[in-house]
Amino acid sequence: MSSLNKSLLIPLIVFILLVITLGVGFSLKDPHILPSELIDRPFPDFQASELHDVDRTLTREDLKGEISLVNVWATWCPNCVLEHPELLRISKEEGVPLYGVNYNDEVIKAQAWLRRYEDPFVFNIVDDNGKLGIDLGVYGAPETFIIDAEGVIQYKHVGPVNRYIFDKEMKPVIEQLRANSVATRTAGVDS
Amino acid sequence: MIAELGHFSLILALGMCVALAIIPTVGIVQKNTQLMNISNSLAAGFFVFVAISFFCLGYAFWSDDFSVQYVALNSNSALPVQYKISAIWGGHEGSFLLWTLVMSGWTFAVGALSGGLTLDMRARVLAVMGALSIGFVLFILLTSNPFDRTLPVYPADGNDLNPLLQDFGLIVHPPMLYMGYVGFAVPFAFAIATLTTGNLDSAWARWSRPWTNAAWGFLTLGITLGSWWAYYELGWGGWWFWDAVENASFMPWLVGTALVHSLAATEKRGVFKSWTVLLAIFAFSLSLLGAFLVRSGVLTSVHAFAVDPERGMYILTYLVLIIGSSLTLYAFKASGVKSDADFEWGSRESMLLVNNLLLVVSAAIVLLGTLYPLVYETIYDGKKISIGPPYFNTLFVPVVMLLFTFMVFSPLSRWKKTPVQEFKKQWVGLVASFFVMLCLVLALAKEFSFVVLLVNTVALWIIVSLGKDLMAKVANKADKVAALFKQTMSYYGMILGHLGIAVSILGVCITVYYSEERDVRMVPGDSVELAGYEFRFNGVSKETGPNYMADRGDVDVIQEGKVLLTLYPEKRFYPASSNVMTEADIEPSLFRDLFVALGEPLGNKAWAVRIHYKPFVRWIWFGGVLIAMGGFITVFDRRYRRVKVAKQEKSKHADGVAGATA
Amino acid sequence: MVRLSTLVMTLVISFLSLTAIAAIDAYSFPDEGMRKRYNSLIDELRCPQCLNTNLAGSDSMISKDLRREVHRLVLEGKSDDQVRDFMQQRYGDFILYNPQVKGSTYVLWFGPVVLFFIAVAVLVRLVSRRSSLAQEKVLSDEDQDRLNQLLSK
Repeated sequence: MSSLNKSLLIPLIVFILLVITLGVGFSLKDPHILPSELIDRPFPDFQASELHDVDRTLTREDLKGEISLVNVWATWCPNCVLEHPELLRISKEEGVPLYGVNYNDEVIKAQAWLRRYEDPFVFNIVDDNGKLGIDLGVYGAPETFIIDAEGVIQYKHVGPVNRYIFDKEMKPVIEQLRANSVATRTAGVDS
Repeated sequence: MIAELGHFSLILALGMCVALAIIPTVGIVQKNTQLMNISNSLAAGFFVFVAISFFCLGYAFWSDDFSVQYVALNSNSALPVQYKISAIWGGHEGSFLLWTLVMSGWTFAVGALSGGLTLDMRARVLAVMGALSIGFVLFILLTSNPFDRTLPVYPADGNDLNPLLQDFGLIVHPPMLYMGYVGFAVPFAFAIATLTTGNLDSAWARWSRPWTNAAWGFLTLGITLGSWWAYYELGWGGWWFWDAVENASFMPWLVGTALVHSLAATEKRGVFKSWTVLLAIFAFSLSLLGAFLVRSGVLTSVHAFAVDPERGMYILTYLVLIIGSSLTLYAFKASGVKSDADFEWGSRESMLLVNNLLLVVSAAIVLLGTLYPLVYETIYDGKKISIGPPYFNTLFVPVVMLLFTFMVFSPLSRWKKTPVQEFKKQWVGLVASFFVMLCLVLALAKEFSFVVLLVNTVALWIIVSLGKDLMAKVANKADKVAALFKQTMSYYGMILGHLGIAVSILGVCITVYYSEERDVRMVPGDSVELAGYEFRFNGVSKETGPNYMADRGDVDVIQEGKVLLTLYPEKRFYPASSNVMTEADIEPSLFRDLFVALGEPLGNKAWAVRIHYKPFVRWIWFGGVLIAMGGFITVFDRRYRRVKVAKQEKSKHADGVAGATA
Repeated sequence: MVRLSTLVMTLVISFLSLTAIAAIDAYSFPDEGMRKRYNSLIDELRCPQCLNTNLAGSDSMISKDLRREVHRLVLEGKSDDQVRDFMQQRYGDFILYNPQVKGSTYVLWFGPVVLFFIAVAVLVRLVSRRSSLAQEKVLSDEDQDRLNQLLSK
């Protein structure tokens, strides 16, 4: 066998790098899920009516005050029906207020839908032209956001929420936020 | 029953390719000619069993056997019969069976048509192809079996073939593509076989040229068909999106083009020996990479088959084994190779080197753009980035334009050294082309574009210099027609190939710069003016087809007051799959396409209508066909057949001698 | 004189869409220039939800809404960059088919340039070496001629 010309190993090395890249590709998350651009940014400003009370105007100030969940949903979305029992459970048991954004939908239909499936929302923001959704970087329903007391978005989940997802991914975020706010309050008292 | 037969036949095929990989190899090691000779029969056996298997799957489709899961997912009793057959390759499992059929076909062909090869070489090449095939057949049997049954419960009717695929284009595009993709396994096998002998002489180049050119021709045709199909089927006037799956077919084509050219240099002058081997390995590796990208779900594409990480892992492992070992073999065995041929700047060798380098750079650009989102997501913790046409066009186009310019001079270059005169003579062609183009652009174009003038000048210049070269070859001959016939098929292949590229690029340039499009709201009686034509919308009627219901629009195309023709764009609803499809109606012609598609109904009898004017768009695919033809006719070059004639004469002579001594 | 790369970048790039439903909106524009800009923008913005389609080619609800936004923004007089920023702030780099040139994409944009120059370097080195070999032979041919002349005297 003749002596090895090292430069001929270059293709092999490049190939190995390529394979590593591809192999890693498998561990990546679902290609359909787009990570949120809005984490650590304030909830976008908006002015909308409430679903059950057309005269009431809601703005992002109404979302401030405590840690909360904002759920983007619609009557045309089948997964929203699937996740609804979990939303009901969360609203009753987890001690976090649940606000809704009725996205690209019709008020009458949405009201009827909530009557049929029960209403877990403290209030519902009417986003009938999808503009708030766009400002939130929403591209489908359902999507759920966790907002802290200052109205800053801390987490987003795309797709239906179930007990497993809530316990595993969302609850820790909520606990962390609670711990942080206690810490700042305690610090404030001591100083 | 037939499905099980098909499955069983596939297992037998596996046995055949295992035998093909092992037995001739043993024969090579032991210098046992009997064992080496068996390679032909084993190759034939491999082909026969895969063909039977494929036929069985076809039968299952033809007879509406919905107890076979793959048939149930991809067919329907109301599906027209030609689509029931083409549905065989409509999904992952069946298309991979087609891939394997094509592989077995090439293997069989190499065995049957390689009389000119030494027995040792033939055994090596076939053994490599057998070894490659083991991976393919195992993949089907272990992860993607099209013969799986849905029993005990099976559906009364199938899901139907995706309406997008119910089209002539789908019948032809994948088989052509696979003939090309898989066909690169032949030069790959030749390259590996040569490396194993340790002797990289130019004989392997001569032997593998017709196979490489044929495979490359098929791939060209496959890509051209895909682009054409997308254009008329999808209804957007688009013909290339730099989608991951398109890139997966384009990369092997780019490297394949480099390979086709490099083989010429290696055969004729013994230069670039190890480059050419590397290119052969690259071309097939990119084919395998392409298969991986399309079927593993690693990259997002509408084209991709259903995501399945298990299949992806299998293909990746296979890729690593095959390409890793071939590149290692290359690194060790190609080290000692040195050619002592020398050549100057401007020589044909230097031109071919420029060609190869630019093509490899362009393939690398496509690869980088295709895989970078993956790398990005890994490094930046889940953040996503998109790389699309703007990126590819910005980087790829300049490289190709540079290559395009070299194409004027390359056919005129001579081996070893080209007299500068040859190049200087071309200025006449340049000036003539420039003026012709200037006149044409000023006279015909809606607005002047310097880029269009430049690109088209080069295209015309290429065509002119090809013509001049051809004329020069017959100039001094008394019988010009006979002289034309005397030129080799390789030469005409070159002419057609280069002509094809010039035609395609002309088409691309003009259509990109001068296409016009309008989306309008129209009620019956409304007219829209575009590119000198008047389009009058006459309303929409209801129609039915074999497996669909449609809204059919009626649009008159009027020029200078006279109705030229009527176009009937449709909006079809396929109940079996609940799919809605836009069927644009196109009025094709050599110099322009007129193209109308229906959008949504907007209420009050109004419809959204899209109208396109696409000048010279057909030239893109016409050029592609010319290129493919160029590749194919070189296969018939007398040089490749002369080897057989010599052999026949040799054996006749031997018989004669034997007869004399008998 | 417009730079070639800018010309290249302003090519109206054809696109492919495999969603079958017509994404045809009958939007009107006060002038041709705005319409061209709109078409160009919806070609280079990606549908957030689809499998590799641009806004022009998708009929998904989000694409319809986003096209409406692009139309509105263009009519409001926003520049192309402002429209892209609007989208990027909400959907991230994903929505731009033309990746921005920043630290994380230097390899992407400049890698090919580097590769090109490596190719040129390889070419120069290889051909120089080969042509100098030719020169050597030619010289020895010259020497051979001289020798012949000397011998023939």
